[in-house]
Amino acid sequence: MSIIIHKNTKILVQGFTGKIGSFHAEEMIKYGSNVVGGVTPGKGGMTHLNLPVFNTVKEAVDQTGASTSILFVPPAFAADSAMEAADAGIKTCVAITDGIPSHDMVKIKRYMRRYPKDKKMGLVGPNCAGIISPGKSMLGIMPGHIYKEGKIGIVSRSGTLGYEAAQQLKDLEIGVSTSVGIGGDPINGSSFRDIIEKFENDDETIAVLMIGEIGGPQEVEAGKFAKENMSKPVIAYIAGLTAPKGRVMGHAGAIVSAYGESAIEKVELLKECGVTISKNPSVMGETVKKVLVENNLN
Amino acid sequence: MDIHEYQAKKILSDFGVKIPTGGIVYSPENAENKAREIGGSKWVVKAQVHSGARGKVGGIIICNSPLEVADATDKLLGKKLITNQTGPEGKIINRIYIEEATDIKHELYLGLVFDRSSESIMVVASTEGGMSVEEISKEKPETIIRSKIEVAVGIQQFQAREIAFGLGIESKLISRAANTIIGCYKAFSELDATMVEVNPLVVSHQDEILALDCKMSFDNNAMFRRDEIAELRDKTQENSNEVYASDRGMNYVSLDGNIGNIINGAGLAMASMDMIKLAGGEPANFLDVGGGATPEKIVKAFKLISMDTKVKVILVNIFAGINRCDWVAEGIVQALSKIEIKHPLVIRLAGTNVEKGNEILKKSNINYIEASTLEDAANKAVKALG
Repeated sequence: MSIIIHKNTKILVQGFTGKIGSFHAEEMIKYGSNVVGGVTPGKGGMTHLNLPVFNTVKEAVDQTGASTSILFVPPAFAADSAMEAADAGIKTCVAITDGIPSHDMVKIKRYMRRYPKDKKMGLVGPNCAGIISPGKSMLGIMPGHIYKEGKIGIVSRSGTLGYEAAQQLKDLEIGVSTSVGIGGDPINGSSFRDIIEKFENDDETIAVLMIGEIGGPQEVEAGKFAKENMSKPVIAYIAGLTAPKGRVMGHAGAIVSAYGESAIEKVELLKECGVTISKNPSVMGETVKKVLVENNLN
Repeated sequence: MDIHEYQAKKILSDFGVKIPTGGIVYSPENAENKAREIGGSKWVVKAQVHSGARGKVGGIIICNSPLEVADATDKLLGKKLITNQTGPEGKIINRIYIEEATDIKHELYLGLVFDRSSESIMVVASTEGGMSVEEISKEKPETIIRSKIEVAVGIQQFQAREIAFGLGIESKLISRAANTIIGCYKAFSELDATMVEVNPLVVSHQDEILALDCKMSFDNNAMFRRDEIAELRDKTQENSNEVYASDRGMNYVSLDGNIGNIINGAGLAMASMDMIKLAGGEPANFLDVGGGATPEKIVKAFKLISMDTKVKVILVNIFAGINRCDWVAEGIVQALSKIEIKHPLVIRLAGTNVEKGNEILKKSNINYIEASTLEDAANKAVKALG
């Protein structure tokens, strides 16, 4: 198995008829993802890319049985769309949108607390590359062909650094079960911990590569979780060794504002949790390979 | 986005927080008149730059007459103030805030931030005002009070009262202090702030609770709905290359090294900087041209890097996904036909159609050093420094 998305996962595209939504919906369909329709308020009844367009997510879920959505809605309206998906019974929503205000993210997360655990939507992102289960389904904006099918779980804040890792693994003939981009925002839907827990419970995944960066507590929280609850090895790389304190490095969340948030501190804290550190971004693949050999997992 | 002290104080006072009487001035004459208008016998002349710790480096001057106020203003205007927060280049003083002096009894600390662990708004307070929050957490951690606010209902009176009692405020002033805390919370939550810091918050001998200094930062992502905040931006307080970049939608941070970077994606950009450091070099900047890395963006990026006089070598590292390396390569060739680059140029392409991309670069007449991996690129860039 893979995590979150599988071969037949039914996907809706929110912001379907826009330029970006259309482009990536087509790429996903080409990859083999089971896109069943889209939502653009006011354009319900239309057909776009040979698929039905709905006015509301509820209607789309009723008609198609979709369980999953991907969001390409502009920042000003993205929070509203995510809450609409949660309310319509969507199980996983990936928000690609970059630039959602932090106050809106706090609001979305607060809103989702109204649902019991088994009915609560999993939000991934925003400001992320999405999710891919190679050979099965792509729910994101990544170049699908750089991912080889296999057994390593990847979870990354950065999109391009996640691609870099997938390529390095592919060059070493190591494949990926699922790769999840959790995005670069300070307040995000799913944390590193949320995703590595899913990898721990996935039969197919044998090891997890976590690609973090400066800022926030999530990498270390995931490390502590791994130490206490994980049987599978975790390998990590933390970007931003050279980032100055107090400056935002591109991602809104990439800012060192407290102890434990710099790259050096995170690396030290992760080592204490038994996580293997990839000492530089050029050897993420090699480090995974080494850990597989050491654990007789190859 | 940061704003000036006087702007932050005006905002807080609109939310019911008491501030000392004061006014902004742009000239010594102006300052003298403002002091007379404010009245009293003691004034504080405060340099308005986007930095704390101004007092330690002469940016805050106490004066005993309107003439002294004029002199102090004359001394500060047009100067660069270098604090431990501005970096060695300092920040220009273009505005001066004149304020009545406050008769301070106690100095307290009050801050509001997003707490990324609990994903709520956190109020942080301490009896040790005047010190930075980092110093307080190092030296007097036991004085720190933290209160998590449920954003759906906002701050409650009891929470504000608890903080005020925790700060040791006299009973008769509790409701005043609570209203001050509530005012700061409202400003934070209603204006898309990411930080409000009142340091010090003071109790005066006249039993007033006053915000004596204040810093506020706002969420850049929320500026589309905060015109009134966006217009408070003072570009003279920012690095000019960073202003140029942000006006053109690029994420750029100026650094101290001499290897200029053009990279797509924030994570890959940080990783490339790290590789440069590991290879023995120092990055001149952080620059994320965006996941797309379109030819137009590459042109703008080359322009930006060539404006930086520190740069001695340029490193381009693009991981092309959907956009394909051949297309990125064409963008680079196009860009270099428009801009003359005098420094050695190292290019590393990776991802979709990388062979085609490298082929295009080789066939063009641009003078560059080809690199294959992240590590190779960093090593070659450092070597090219000579």
